[in-house]
Amino acid sequence: MSSSMKKLHSLYTDKSGKGKLLAAPYVFWSAFFIIIPLCMILYYGVTDKTGAFTLQNITAIASIGHARAFWRSLLLSVVSTVICFLLAYPLAMILSGMKEKKHNFIILIFILPMWMNFLLRTLAWQTLLEKTGVINGILSFFKLPSLRIINTPYAIVLGMVYNFLPFMVLPLYNALSKIDENVINAAKDLGANKIQTFFRVIMPLSIPGIISGVTMVFVPALTTFVISTLLGGSKVLLIGNVIEQEFTQASNWHLGSGLSIVLMIFIILNMIVSALLDKED
Amino acid sequence: MQTVKKIYVSLIFLFLYAPIGTLIVLSFNASKTRSKWGGFTMQWYASLLQDEVILDALTTTLLIAFLSALIASVIGTIAAVAMNGMKRRTRTLLIGVTNIPMLNADIVTGISLMLLFISIGLRFGFGTILLSHITFNIPYVILCIMPRMKQLNPSVYEAALDLGASHITAFFKVMLPDLMPGILSGFLMAFTMSLDDFIITHFTKGAGIDTLSTKIYTEVKKGIKPEMYALSTIIFVTVLILLFLVNKTPDKKEKTN
Repeated sequence: MSSSMKKLHSLYTDKSGKGKLLAAPYVFWSAFFIIIPLCMILYYGVTDKTGAFTLQNITAIASIGHARAFWRSLLLSVVSTVICFLLAYPLAMILSGMKEKKHNFIILIFILPMWMNFLLRTLAWQTLLEKTGVINGILSFFKLPSLRIINTPYAIVLGMVYNFLPFMVLPLYNALSKIDENVINAAKDLGANKIQTFFRVIMPLSIPGIISGVTMVFVPALTTFVISTLLGGSKVLLIGNVIEQEFTQASNWHLGSGLSIVLMIFIILNMIVSALLDKED
Repeated sequence: MQTVKKIYVSLIFLFLYAPIGTLIVLSFNASKTRSKWGGFTMQWYASLLQDEVILDALTTTLLIAFLSALIASVIGTIAAVAMNGMKRRTRTLLIGVTNIPMLNADIVTGISLMLLFISIGLRFGFGTILLSHITFNIPYVILCIMPRMKQLNPSVYEAALDLGASHITAFFKVMLPDLMPGILSGFLMAFTMSLDDFIITHFTKGAGIDTLSTKIYTEVKKGIKPEMYALSTIIFVTVLILLFLVNKTPDKKEKTN
C-alpha cells in the first residue's frame, strides 16, 4: 500500500470512524437479507413440523423419487455445462482475436436478449421444436428426418445451453482478451507450434475465465425448475421442480429446505473446487 | 479460416436470436395458437393498450426494476466506498458475503427470503418483491463500481481536502464523478437483472400482484396471450433503438477530459 493510499485509508477508518459508518447500511442489509435467510433454510432443513431436530429432510434426497430427480439434474447440468464450454471457447477466441476491439458492443450483443423475457424466449423454443414447428418445417423441406426432442431431456439441455451460454462466453471473452499478445508471440518465437501455444499458454491463462464461466452455467442449470417445466412437459422432473413444489404446492417447507441444503452443498463444493484451481495458478 | 470463423459466429448468433425472431413474428400472427400462422395482423398491439392486467404487470415490473436498481445503486456505492477503506480481512469477508447472492442458486435465494418474510410477518406484495430485488441487485452494482474504485487516484481526493473541501463536498465533487460510469453500468445491470428475474419474484410476491415474468408463468398452461408477444416486441425494439442511439453519439466527456 502506498503512503497516499494509507492516508486515504486512514481518512475512511480512523478519523471519526467514518468508514464504519459508511459500511453500516450495507453490513446491516447483507446480514439481514443474506445471512439470516440462509440460516433460516438451515434451521428449517434440520427440524420437523414440531420444531424437533431431525436429519430426515436431508436424507430424503436418497428416497427413490428424489434421488432420481437429483441424479437427472446433475447429469443434465453437467452435460449442458460441457456443451456451453465447447461452444463458447472457440467463440470467445474468435471474438477476442478480432482486430477492432469492440469490447462494449460484443458484451451488449450477449446481454441484449435478456431484454426479452426469458420465459418467453424459452417458450419460443416450443414453437421452434414442435412436431409441426419451424425447425421440422425446414428439415422436411430438405427431406431430412424430423427432430422429436420437445418434452424430452434433450430439449431441457437445449434450453439450458440457450439460456446460460452468454454466462460462459462473457467470462471467457474477458479472460482471453486480457492475455498479452506478446506472451503468445514469445511462445511462438521460442518454437511452440499452434497447438502447444494453445494448451501451454492460452488455455492456462484463461483458467479464471473458465472457472467463473463453469460456475455461472452449472449452478443455475443444476437448480432450474423453469426450463424443465417449459420444455420438458410435465414428464421430466428436476430437483428444482421437487423443491419448488414442496414450497408452493405441498407446503412442506422443512422438506424443501432440507433438499435445498443438499443443493447448497453441491454449490459450495463447486466453489471450493474453483477456489483450489484458482490458487494453483 | 476466416470464413469458417464467420460462419461459426453467425450460427451462434442465429441460435441466440432465433427465439427472439420467433416471438416478434408471433406478435403479428393473426391466429391465436402458437403453432399456426394465420396471416399478418396488428390487432394484438391495439388490444394490448386495452389489456389492464398486462399493463398493470408492466407497471409493477418497471417500478420494481427502477426502484430496486436505484436503491441498490445508492447502497452499493456507499458500500463500495466503505469497502475500499477497510482492512484487508474485513473487506475479503464482506466481498465474500456480497458474492453469495450471485453464486447461490436463485431458487435458494428466493426460498430463503420467503422464509425470512414469513418469520418476521411481512405481508407479501410489492414491498417484499422490492426488498428481494434490492438484495440481489446490490452485488451487481458493487461489482461494477469496484474496478473503478481501484483506478481512483487517492491524491486527487486529498488535494480536494487540502484545498478546504469537506469530506462530503470532496465525495460529491471529486470521487462521485469519477465513479459515475461504474455506478451507471451497475444501475443498468441491476435494472436488467430485475426486469428479467422470475424465480426470486415467484417465491416472494404473494397473491394479487404480478410482474410480467410471473404473469407469463401462470399463463403458460392456458396459453400465452398474444398481447404478451406484442408487449415484449415493443420493449425489445425500444431497447434496441435506445442502444443504437447511445452507441451512435460519441462519448464527448471521455474525449475532452
